[in-house]
Amino acid sequence: MTTLRVVIVDDHAMFRTGVRSEIDGTVDVVGEAEDVESAVAVIVETRPDVVLLDVHMPGGGGLEVIRRLHVRHPDTRFLALSVSDAAEDVIGIIRAGARGYVTKNISGTELLAAIDRVAAGDAVFSPRLAGFVLDAFAGTIEIAQVDEDLDRLTEREREVMRLIARGYAYKEVAKELFISIKTVETHVSSVLRKLQLSSRHELTRWANDRRLI
Amino acid sequence: MTSYRRAYRPAEHRLVGGVATGLAEHLGVPVVYVRVAFVVATWFQGVGVLAYLLLWRLLPLRRPEMSPGLESATRRGLRGGAGGVRGGAREVVQTVALGAVGIGVLLLIQSTGRGIDDGLFAPLLVAIVGVAVVWRQLDDVAWARWMRQTSGWAFASRVAAGAGLIAVAAIYFLTKEGGWGAAVNLASALVIAVLGLGLILGPWIARLSGDLSEERRERVRSQERADVAAHLHDSVLQTLALLQKNAGDAAAVATLARRQERELRDWLYGNDERPGDSLLAALRASAAEVEDAHHVPVEVISVGDTPLDGDMTALARAAREAMVNAAKHAGVDRIDVYAETDGRTATVFVRDRGVGFDPETIADDRMGVRASIVARVERHGGTATIRSRPGEGTEVALSVPIRADTTSTPTASTPTTSTPTASTPTTSTPTEGALP
Repeated sequence: MTTLRVVIVDDHAMFRTGVRSEIDGTVDVVGEAEDVESAVAVIVETRPDVVLLDVHMPGGGGLEVIRRLHVRHPDTRFLALSVSDAAEDVIGIIRAGARGYVTKNISGTELLAAIDRVAAGDAVFSPRLAGFVLDAFAGTIEIAQVDEDLDRLTEREREVMRLIARGYAYKEVAKELFISIKTVETHVSSVLRKLQLSSRHELTRWANDRRLI
Repeated sequence: MTSYRRAYRPAEHRLVGGVATGLAEHLGVPVVYVRVAFVVATWFQGVGVLAYLLLWRLLPLRRPEMSPGLESATRRGLRGGAGGVRGGAREVVQTVALGAVGIGVLLLIQSTGRGIDDGLFAPLLVAIVGVAVVWRQLDDVAWARWMRQTSGWAFASRVAAGAGLIAVAAIYFLTKEGGWGAAVNLASALVIAVLGLGLILGPWIARLSGDLSEERRERVRSQERADVAAHLHDSVLQTLALLQKNAGDAAAVATLARRQERELRDWLYGNDERPGDSLLAALRASAAEVEDAHHVPVEVISVGDTPLDGDMTALARAAREAMVNAAKHAGVDRIDVYAETDGRTATVFVRDRGVGFDPETIADDRMGVRASIVARVERHGGTATIRSRPGEGTEVALSVPIRADTTSTPTASTPTTSTPTASTPTTSTPTEGALP
């Protein structure tokens, strides 16, 4: 199997260097970028498998990078790597099309595992993201007036999210629920899809309730 | 003191001016109804369009209240999204369709001869579209600048435009004889005259209403800037100095960095709550204490929150005890805490992936677990489940029912809390049911 090609996008050189030293060797870091313009250029030129993408960057942030590239290069996968805790940033970048979200204090091995997972087409949910998702979808199960299936998580998906929020690794989630890892991955991917596609209305109201917008 | 609820136009998610969205939010009705209302009102001598334009002007744009960190990132263009998300394709199609229906009916009314005079209809329509375009261009910032000036070129052109409108209205009125459409024409002329007057008098009115709040905001902002400087000096710079002194001691550096990160994060992303405010705040405070005392990072994730009463305090204390135990005995570099409240039950999970133990063997000799965790929670009508196996880590699941009289105003309201009648409680069952 070939080594994964990764691009690191972050406006702090020190952070890029740190991440590079942690993951280079196991994966192939083929480029770095520090703002939206350079990120788009580097990604178009190198065509990496996975882009580690900061949320806050000059020129519009990670959101803008995804927006410009997502349609043209659907094979490139984005993993948001952020220091921000704000729900609007996290949910925003996931809804733009990022395949996962991890915080910057993640360990090197965990980051590599996340990169692998994203490259394989799966979603990566950190405990924090799982918490946000549960929060965002909370209550929509009971409010039946929104009759779109997309606006709800199934009971199983909620259980998976809850376990991830509690700090379980996918493997442990599978064991806990007596299902295979593949099934866990399927659930997680479908939650990601719902998050990205679900109607603006519910999430807007959720954000409103928290005075985010 | 009861302040009246003010309607705003949202800064995001607007199709044209955000008037319909803002009104819909304010009135709590679907946005489609508001749009239909505007279209229908337009059939009555264009009232809908006029109302829309006026509201566009009068409703203030909602400026999102953000924490300093986010606001700064937004201002410096480090974040995406602001204003970028316009209505989805369906919304656009819907709005265009509504507009088309409106124009169609207008034309129908015209064809029956009961509308505005034929000779005036087309020019009026063009004029309205023209005004709309100009208005769109002048949205907010540019418009504010233009309207604020009371001298110079902009002022002259504005007065000229206003005077011109008044003159047109007067001429129009004078050249019309009476007849069937007299009332309609009079009304139209009056509206145009009022528009002209508004253009002339507008800046002073706008200033009166706008400047006061703007000034207050500015003053608050400059005070905040001073606070930022003071805060950075007291926290970050001091910590950095300490780090330089302790550069050799990895554990001390990690603890200092971690504590500084936590404080700065709370401050930047707006967690200025006190431990006594809510369950989540109490858990966060406990997590911070455990981190400091035992040098183990504790990550707190929460869904929903609830005010702190006697029961919740007991829950928080039991959770704290569980965190301390994990930090002391598990030998891990990270503890996960997950709190969930659904309006009826508050559940807290404290999990580590450390050495673990056999829960059977500690039943009698370890008072910490029995007295401070299990018994404490049970006294308050809750349940405590400890799952652990040697080598597989430990998870403590604590669950306490929320008393009915405290559920009315949860601090961070999740939609769940407003619908307490629905399905079976799901939060507490999974772990207790699946003990190995």
